[in-house]
Amino acid sequence: MLEEEFVSNGCLIHRLDPRVKIVVVFLFSVFVAVSNRFVIMLAALALGLSIVLLSRLPIKQLVRRLVPANMFILFLWLFLPFTFVGEPLFSAGPLVATHEGVLCAAQISIKSNAIMVMLIALVTSTPILTLGHAMHELRVPKKIVHLFFFTYRYIHVIHREYLRLVSAMKVRGFRPGTNMHTYKTYAYLVGMLLVRSSDRAERVLNAMLCRGFRGNLYSLSAFSLKPHDVISLVLMLALILALGVLEWTKMA
Amino acid sequence: MHISEGVLSPSVLIAGAAFAAAGVAIGLKGIDHKEIPSMGILSATFFVGSLVHVPIGPSSVHLILNGLLGLMLGWKAFPAILVGLALQALLFQFGGITSLGVNTLNMALPAVICYYLFGWGVRVGTSQLVFTLTAFACGSCAVLLSGVMVGFSLYLTGEAFLPAAKLVVAAHFPVMLIEGVLTAACALFLRRVKPELLEGRYAQYG
Repeated sequence: MLEEEFVSNGCLIHRLDPRVKIVVVFLFSVFVAVSNRFVIMLAALALGLSIVLLSRLPIKQLVRRLVPANMFILFLWLFLPFTFVGEPLFSAGPLVATHEGVLCAAQISIKSNAIMVMLIALVTSTPILTLGHAMHELRVPKKIVHLFFFTYRYIHVIHREYLRLVSAMKVRGFRPGTNMHTYKTYAYLVGMLLVRSSDRAERVLNAMLCRGFRGNLYSLSAFSLKPHDVISLVLMLALILALGVLEWTKMA
Repeated sequence: MHISEGVLSPSVLIAGAAFAAAGVAIGLKGIDHKEIPSMGILSATFFVGSLVHVPIGPSSVHLILNGLLGLMLGWKAFPAILVGLALQALLFQFGGITSLGVNTLNMALPAVICYYLFGWGVRVGTSQLVFTLTAFACGSCAVLLSGVMVGFSLYLTGEAFLPAAKLVVAAHFPVMLIEGVLTAACALFLRRVKPELLEGRYAQYG
C-alpha cells in the first residue's frame, strides 16, 4: 500500500528534472481547477492522458489509483443532476434531472480526472525523497520539507510496528466486531503506537544531535536543468498558456 | 473525508489555501529544529492511525484522530496534517494539490479549536470522570466540526451542493461517536502508561 510503484522506468518523462515536474503539475492543476469550459477540460484531460502514454505507465495500476477520487465524484453524481435548477432532461420517479446538473457533474468528473492523471504521470513517478529536495530547491520552507522527510521515513517504520501489533492481537484471538471491546482494543493499539513512537522520537533526536544536526538540509545529488528539461518546461507552459488564452477569449 | 480535485469553486479553494497557510505558519513558528524529529514521528503515527479501519455494523470506517492530534499538538496540528495529507495525495491520490489547502483547514482547524475547548480537561490532574468526558467531547467534536466544514465548503461552491453537503455531515455522526469513544479510551490509556504525552509538551511553544 505504501509502495511507490510508478517510480522510474527510465523513459524521457521520468528523467525530467523534478522541479520542472512540480512546477508543471502545480500550474496545470490550478489552471484546470479554475477552468469553466468543456472543450478546455477535455483538452486538458487529453493532455494528461498523452503524458501517461508517453511515460508508459502500467494502465491497470493507474486505473486502480483513480478509484478513490472517483468514489467521491460518484457520490456527487447521485445528487448534482437532481439538485440544479434548470431545463429538465429526464425524470426518475419524483426526481427531475436537469441539463445544467448533468453538465456540472460531468465537468467535475473531467476536471478531477485530468488533474489526477497529470499528478500520477508526473509526480508519483518521482521518488518521494527527490520530491522533498526539489521542494526545498523551490523555496518551500525548510521546516516543512524536514517534516515531510521525517514523516515519510517513519510512516514505514510505524506501519511495520502497527502490523506487528495487529498480528499479536490476531494471535490472541482478537476478532473485530461492532462492540465496545473492539473500540477499546483499537484505542489501546493507537495509544501503544503513540507511546512507542514518542520513545523512538527521543532516541532519534539524541542520535541526530550526536551527529551534529542543526536543522539544515543536505542533498547528495545536485539538480541541474538539462536542455530537454528546459524544452519540456517551455512546451508545457506554452500548452497551458494556450489553453488559458482559449478559455479567457471565449469568456470575454 | 477528502474533497477531490476539481470539485470546489476557485474562491473556496483560494480562501481555504490562505487560511491553511496562516495556520501552518503559526504552527511552524512553534517548532524549532530539535522538535522536528518528534513532530515527524508523531505525524507518521497519526498517518498510520488513519489507516486503521474499525468495523461499524456491516461496513467499516477509518479513524481520523484529529481530536487526539489537536490535544497533543495544538497549533502544530496544522503542519502535521498538511504533511500527512500531502503524502496521502502522493501515495494514494486521496485529495490533491489544489484541494490540499481546503482539506488541511477542514481537518486542522477543528483540532486546534478542540485543543482550546477541551485541552484543560485532558490533563493528568483532573478527576477520571471529567477526564473521560472531555476526551470524548474532544474526539467527537473534532470530527463533527470537520464534517460541518467539509459540508460548508461544498455548500459555498454552489447551492446545488446542499443536499450532498447535508449527507456528508450526516455521515459523520456515527464516526463522531466512534472517534469520541476511541479518543477517550486512548487518552485514558496514555494517562496510565505515558502521562507526559498529555501534558501538552508538544503543543507548547519554544
